[in-house]
Amino acid sequence: MAICTGCSLLCQDIEASVSEGKLTKAKNLCRKGHGHFQASFSERTSPMIGRKQVDLNQAIARAAEILRSAKSPLLFGWSNSTLEAQRVGISLAEKLGATIDDTSSFCQGSLMESILSGRLPSCTLDDVRNYADTSIFWGADPSNSHPRHLSRFSYYPRGEKRQKSYEEERTCLVVDVRMSATAALCKENLFRVSPGGDAEFIEAILSVLAGKIPRVGDKKKMIELGTMLKKTEWGAIFPGPGLVYSLQGNMEILEKLLARLNEITVFKVVPMVGHFNMRGFNELLREKTGHINRVSFKGGEIVHGPEQSVMTAAKSCDAALIVGYDPLSSLPFATAQALARLPLIAIDPHRSLTTDAAEVVIPAAISGLEAGGTAVRTDGVKIEFEPIIEPGLPADEQILKRIMEAI
Amino acid sequence: MVSAMEIYMLLPKTNCKKCGLPTCMAFAVGLLGREKKIEECTPLIEEKKYEAKLNKLREVMAPLESASETGLIIHPEKCFGCGNCVVACPVNVAADPTHCGVGLGPQSDKVILKVEDGVVVANNLEECKRFGPGRVLCNACTATCPSKAIEFV
Repeated sequence: MAICTGCSLLCQDIEASVSEGKLTKAKNLCRKGHGHFQASFSERTSPMIGRKQVDLNQAIARAAEILRSAKSPLLFGWSNSTLEAQRVGISLAEKLGATIDDTSSFCQGSLMESILSGRLPSCTLDDVRNYADTSIFWGADPSNSHPRHLSRFSYYPRGEKRQKSYEEERTCLVVDVRMSATAALCKENLFRVSPGGDAEFIEAILSVLAGKIPRVGDKKKMIELGTMLKKTEWGAIFPGPGLVYSLQGNMEILEKLLARLNEITVFKVVPMVGHFNMRGFNELLREKTGHINRVSFKGGEIVHGPEQSVMTAAKSCDAALIVGYDPLSSLPFATAQALARLPLIAIDPHRSLTTDAAEVVIPAAISGLEAGGTAVRTDGVKIEFEPIIEPGLPADEQILKRIMEAI
Repeated sequence: MVSAMEIYMLLPKTNCKKCGLPTCMAFAVGLLGREKKIEECTPLIEEKKYEAKLNKLREVMAPLESASETGLIIHPEKCFGCGNCVVACPVNVAADPTHCGVGLGPQSDKVILKVEDGVVVANNLEECKRFGPGRVLCNACTATCPSKAIEFV
């Protein structure tokens, strides 16, 4: 049995056989996971300095040299590393007085902050499978982003209290701007909102729950939604990036909705994290500093704020260490351009635009496939895993430790 | 997927009864249900004037030939491998309640649907509720598919 690190569900029932550097047979892997496993055998990186091949020790020594001489380095990425590597990364940031940030900074950070600080009630996905009779996907399309979400936890499986499952006992609702693949499964329960109209939609739900006529949306349908929510015994809301981006950090309104719903019945929120261990990093950093991301250790002080986010820090820092992420392809042009001008150190198993532009490239073993460790699932459950292939390369954790020793 | 009406439009529409059925519409339904074969419509085969219709009919019927005994067609190129059908199929759940029943990948060999190499594959079709004379029109796998990768004829 292997574990899949293709998304944050960390499916543990994977049977994969690998021979001669190829994935020969895989059972229970979804298409996304299968792609993740298959891609492990192509476009691998090798240690490089200034685009010239070197040996691993030289690359690590050069990386340490860059970080040592930098006045305000930025350490970014982390969502695709194990907890062990993230822990070393945070210590490294502390030692260097660096700024550390992860992908939640421009993704689901505000939602994660609300959940980890307890302002939004949360639960595990196993609770959802066992007790939930209403699942609401809000600005999320798990059929594409977390393909096995509905079949493993939120809609189709039988649970302790939900033996009749989707046939009789579970309802799935989708709030989205479009007819997504998930919405196609419950067409009659799709509530369409206009882009950016989620806050208004929450207000409309609140007025329906207060017995008033809602101002927006199809009034009849909104009243039906209100009735459905009131009749729910145990509900779960899965907010995706669609909702988080639409609310633009205004999590109070979502917290207000959850507080109101919990006066009537039980409602929980489970985030839909993209990268496999983003939540792990958020939890670790919060434990250490009280903040989930965007932290600077400059001068031994812990500073948190928008200036410490990757978007701003990319423009003010003088070197960057990127671990397991490709910001040059995925971040806005201005940020990518600012990063590309810096001496970059990329620790990545795969070739990407970032590794192509990096001053130093350090190849790493792929977590889950070639390296073991611990990761935190999207709902906060810690999952330990063992490698299924003999690693020929050091894991992120070992590389970071060696960099730290060299500094 | 072709409909009975589309097939009917490509038949002679004379209700000659040579195929043994009372009307051409009944024959079209028979063709779709794979109880009848195109060759049983002798006028369509023998008479030159129907040649264009015959060719068109063979063309539209070609995809149905890949269907299994129960009429199941899987389009692997559309499948997400999400396993919704694996968990929803009543036969799968009965065969492997401790895995399929609770959302995990099946461990039993008796299941019909399972996900292999990222896409769904079907085995043991004789167990399917749509198989044999006492069949029921179960649609658990098609109704739960987000990408219409599973179809029944």
